Amino acid sequence: MLKKTLIAVSAIPLTTLALTSCGSDSAAGGTDDDGTITMGFAQVGAESGWRTANTKSIQETAEAEGIDLKFSDAQQKQENQIKAIRSYIQQKVDIIAFSPVVETGWDTVLLEAKRAGIPVILTDRAVDSEDTSLYETFLGSDFVLEGEKAGEWLVENAAEADVDGDGDVNVVELQGTTGAAPAIDRKTGFESAIAADDSISIGASQTGDFTRDGGKKVMEAFLKSEDGIDVVFAHNDDMGLGAIEAIEAAGLTPGKDVKIITIDAVKDGMAALAEGKISFIVECNPLLGPQLMDLAKKVLAGEEVPERVVTEETTFTQEQAKEVLPERQY
Amino acid sequence: MRKVLAHQLVWPTTALAVLLLVNVIATPTFFDIRMQDGHLYGSLIDILRNGAPVLLVALGMTLVIATRGIDLSVGAVAAISGAVACVYIAGSPEQGAASTAIVACSIALAVCVGLGLWNGFLVSVLGIQPIIATLVLMTAGRGLAMLVTDGQITTVNNDAFKRIGAGFVLTVPLSIVIALGVFCLAALVTRRTALGMLIESVGINPEASRLAGVRSRTIIWTVYVFGAFCAGVAGLMIASNTSAADANSAGLWIELDAILAVVIGGTSLAGGRFSLSGMLVGALFITTLATTIPTIGIPAETNYLFKAVVVIVVCLIQSPKARAALWVRRTAPLAGRATA
Repeated sequence: MLKKTLIAVSAIPLTTLALTSCGSDSAAGGTDDDGTITMGFAQVGAESGWRTANTKSIQETAEAEGIDLKFSDAQQKQENQIKAIRSYIQQKVDIIAFSPVVETGWDTVLLEAKRAGIPVILTDRAVDSEDTSLYETFLGSDFVLEGEKAGEWLVENAAEADVDGDGDVNVVELQGTTGAAPAIDRKTGFESAIAADDSISIGASQTGDFTRDGGKKVMEAFLKSEDGIDVVFAHNDDMGLGAIEAIEAAGLTPGKDVKIITIDAVKDGMAALAEGKISFIVECNPLLGPQLMDLAKKVLAGEEVPERVVTEETTFTQEQAKEVLPERQY
Repeated sequence: MRKVLAHQLVWPTTALAVLLLVNVIATPTFFDIRMQDGHLYGSLIDILRNGAPVLLVALGMTLVIATRGIDLSVGAVAAISGAVACVYIAGSPEQGAASTAIVACSIALAVCVGLGLWNGFLVSVLGIQPIIATLVLMTAGRGLAMLVTDGQITTVNNDAFKRIGAGFVLTVPLSIVIALGVFCLAALVTRRTALGMLIESVGINPEASRLAGVRSRTIIWTVYVFGAFCAGVAGLMIASNTSAADANSAGLWIELDAILAVVIGGTSLAGGRFSLSGMLVGALFITTLATTIPTIGIPAETNYLFKAVVVIVVCLIQSPKARAALWVRRTAPLAGRATA
């Protein structure tokens, strides 16, 4: 037993050495003997349609490119994700990619990966760490920018968004999971954008955990405790869809009596946008698979990759949603 | 007065009343109920409607706990139930038909009864400790639900199915009518027949009960099946509320809410006695607490802390020892005067 452990321990620095010393011809060092790349991917969960599309994109691209993908679902819990990453380190995968559930608390496990010589790519969500050498690159959306886009649209359409005509636009915010990067950044971006117009203010803000059920329950409470809600800003489509149900149950018409702005643009959300229930959606592109596999290959080949890769994203109004809805994949 | 204070329902009811009072102070219109599109509408109605799943799960949990057991798998069972029903409806050729919804719910509940049989088998026949036996399904069950839905959020469009969680009957939410119906039935069967006493006797000492002629094994098996059935109905309500099965988050942590409701209601985790009316108050308390957070505007960052503090306070005032310590200090001078 002791002997085995010793061998295992001594093997780690050896692989590290092999990886770091390989440089240009690291195709041999970065991959298994049979030449295929093994990637460990620790997904957040399947909390929304967006996430499912993200998972699918990664799995399908990996299969198409012949990359051996080890996939795990953390069910929105950091400890599950840390466990998954540790097991990938033990299995000696070639590269680890993951979407951190929350922003903090990753230093230890990332350091373990670094010591084992396994490069790490962050997808979709960032980590809050001083030491940027712990990961190779971060591929994902700019959540602050998404929040800003949502806020800018509201500022441009402030007159129209003031549905009760009292001169003030009262916004209620449905936040994502507390502590998650998209929740923090979208809130920040939105707040900074609406600061341009004094008539817009956030009356209430609470987490709906990115789920329909959460969005519905929080919105039910807001409709009773807040007077004159003009706009709902939901951090994802699913909470917005939950809010629609709560608004309809209150006898109001979503899109007319209350304007809804969401982020993501999944199919169900786009359908609601085309129907006029949602007023504006900022896209958050989940199809990261091709870009991720491309980056993984570059990293393993020892090529330089930029520290931050932003995915291409757009926004949708109701008219645009009607046009693109038929060929929406997710 | 002392008799009133000693009644086990006093403290949970007081806690519930205080919580409602806090809401009214924060939002004076909190108790307002009006008619909206032919049904009642208001915060209290929301509490009843959203409280129905917790009430059902806690009902099953009360009986399980009374036999000195615990069922951690109810949240996962609820997720499976919603997943099975929604996937069946989504895959059916007549998605909107009421008959489709009825078949879907029946299949889902049958699956849940099967899962309850599994739990009961592990506990009563194999003699595995309940917390371990049900932990199996708690962790594996959610994966099973994801397998059923293929990891997707399955959205369905069926009016009959939607009514279970979001519909109304005679202006009252259908979900709470179902929950209270099952509750009354359970109360009747356990308190008007000897079954309640038999459950309690098994909870106190299963072996002695068996020797006295009580079929311990059958009783334990039955409460787990009933618990899973209740969780299944709760799962249908949760899925129906948003017309979607979310295998990942449906019924997440509902088992803990249910255990809390049972404990707040005065049922001992050591088994041997249970209070259904106490559980009812406990379940309403938990749901009211969840509604209170957005109503009075607790910041998202601190809402778990708020919840924790409230629950700790309620548990402390429930404890006779903690209460005695507080009581003696406060009333010592008064008592002294009375004896003098």
